[in-house]
Amino acid sequence: MNITVCVKQIPDQSSPGKLDPGSHNLVRDGKLILDDSDSYGVEMALQLAAEAGGGEVTLVSMAPNGEVSGIRTALAMGADKAVLVSDAKLAGADALTTAKVLAAAIKRNPFDLVIAATESTDGYTGTVPVQIAEILDIPSVSFAKKVELSGGILKVQRQTELGYDQVECPLPALISVTAGVVEPRYPSFKGIMSAKSKPVEVLEASTLGIEPGRNQEIITVRSAEERSSGVIITDEGDAHQQIIEFLEQLKVI
Amino acid sequence: MTLSKIWVFAESTESGITSTSLELISAASKFADHVEVFVASPEPGYSEIVGAYGATKLIQVTDVNDRLIGTVVASAMAQLLSGNTVDAIFFAMTPEGRDCAARLSVKLDVPVLTNVVNLSVDGTRLVSEHAIFGGSEIVQAGFTGSSPAIFAIRAKSFTAESRGGMPAEVVQVGVGDLGSAGKARIVEQHLEERSGPKLDEAPVVVSGGRGLGQAENYKLVEELAKLLGGAPGASRAIVDAGWVPYSYQVGQTGKTVKPNVYIACGISGATQHMVGMKGAKNIIAINKDEDAPIFSIADLGIVGDVHKIVPKLIEALQSRT
Ligand SMILES: Cc1cc2nc3c(=O)[nH]c(=O)nc-3n(C[C@H](O)[C@H](O)[C@H](O)COP(=O)(O)OP(=O)(O)OC[C@H]3O[C@@H](n4cnc5c(N)ncnc54)[C@H](O)[C@@H]3O)c2cc1C
Ligand SMILES: Nc1ncnc2c1ncn2[C@@H]1O[C@H](COP(=O)(O)O)[C@@H](O)[C@H]1O
Repeated sequence: MNITVCVKQIPDQSSPGKLDPGSHNLVRDGKLILDDSDSYGVEMALQLAAEAGGGEVTLVSMAPNGEVSGIRTALAMGADKAVLVSDAKLAGADALTTAKVLAAAIKRNPFDLVIAATESTDGYTGTVPVQIAEILDIPSVSFAKKVELSGGILKVQRQTELGYDQVECPLPALISVTAGVVEPRYPSFKGIMSAKSKPVEVLEASTLGIEPGRNQEIITVRSAEERSSGVIITDEGDAHQQIIEFLEQLKVI
Repeated sequence: MTLSKIWVFAESTESGITSTSLELISAASKFADHVEVFVASPEPGYSEIVGAYGATKLIQVTDVNDRLIGTVVASAMAQLLSGNTVDAIFFAMTPEGRDCAARLSVKLDVPVLTNVVNLSVDGTRLVSEHAIFGGSEIVQAGFTGSSPAIFAIRAKSFTAESRGGMPAEVVQVGVGDLGSAGKARIVEQHLEERSGPKLDEAPVVVSGGRGLGQAENYKLVEELAKLLGGAPGASRAIVDAGWVPYSYQVGQTGKTVKPNVYIACGISGATQHMVGMKGAKNIIAINKDEDAPIFSIADLGIVGDVHKIVPKLIEALQSRT
């Protein structure tokens, strides 16, 4: 069973995000890290491959400046190899272009299953995975919160607005998983050491036959209206009274 | 009007067309002369409701069966688009809406503008607004390429207003076989029952987060919500931990709520949470960390322990009735 996992490498989210004042693209300088959201997909791929008795887990990623530190983290968890597409021409690429790039990268290796996260932490369009599935002409199950594989059929609990659907799907297929589907492992010391020598193929967009176009633009950026900050008090044992008074003022009670 | 035709993908449940879909139909009817609505259900009654909110035509996709709705409706739209000029297509930022927009975007080779919170007219095109960095900045964006422009819109960005329109003309379409892409099947549906007012419509929402410590303590949140005639909600942290179902989640990936009062108990106030509740009229936050980001948007912030404050609050409310 060969599984390909999309892994996005993003700026560390503990520092606040910034837009480039000229291009309005998200600033992506400095070290990138593995998007937490994708660590679930990596873990799930490793588990499914192990249950299926082997096969390769391949990573695909699109990132600027030949960035591989996030990929190395996923390789250290246990993935076998990676394809990275890195090209200055792809700066500010929209989700559709990203999906075209990733689909072309995925096709470089045989796969039975493609795994992505439901949405990335910094882009959160939540459309890239299903766009990839449409390009590859395979079925997709998004918002997967539980995944099993039996007899070559995926059995997925898919979150819906009202509960969940039990979905069955033959391979090859794509799933996008939610956080919490599995518990991502920490890379072991041995994993970290061996990750350094695992193969990472680095490609440009043109090698994949992709010429990024521009179909959308950012017109303006402005600050949102601030909510005026209210009263903050420290509980001295009677905070519940203050809440009651506030609710009374609002005529909620 | 600025635009000639807008399509809307409307979603439905057992209780009818969703309120988010009605918001999209209302918005579309402000911008275009013709609003055509797609539903994945042969239900006859929908032509009246969508017509009342401004739709001129109802396109029913009749052969969804056990297939995934987004995949089927995307194909129906792509088929009907040849020979049809459509300026824009509206989707909700729901699982089905995103699936459908994503598939259609590839079929048409047009990108999608997602997480839209507002739309306005700029010359002959629609431009969209997006709240980024937890809602602290607003980006305005638009399409430069060919139509249709595809927008995926967040719930509660527009008001659903009936304009008392006539029932929409009904057209039924089937899409037939979808090849490999259509091979996923729904074998069972599970509805999570909940009592009391709906989370996204309740006048009061009480949400709990990881600060509650453990799953059992969520009953404090439920109890408080009930006493205030509200609905209980949650941060993603406790949904992922399995304390409560996903349908309770407030935020970026969950529900958008705009209640009169929102009470956050043991929630830090991550940007992805705030984006779903910032629109509340009044926000009360209880958190033991005085630096928790949630306090930056709270009208009444209480630095303290939820385990001490919430039980006292419940008791005080009970003794009033
Ligand atoms: C792509 C993406 C989408 C996301 N979508 C959502 C979403 O839709 N909704 C959402 O909520 N999150 C979402 N998140 C997750 C979000 O980033 C946060 O991780 C999450 O909201 C944190 O939940 P929390 O506040 O309950 O937990 P924490 O951040 O762990 O906060 C717990 C808080 O409880 C306080 N506390 C602890 N003990 C007590 C006590 N005894 N009394 C009072 N206070 C106490 C702590 O001080 C702390 O502030 C998303 C993340 C990503 C990457
Ligand atoms: N540049 C990228 N490289 C690798 N995977 C990506 C990239 N962009 C998106 N993805 C995958 O698609 C998911 C959804 O992304 P998004 O549509 O941006 O919310 C991510 O969580 C990743 O799994």
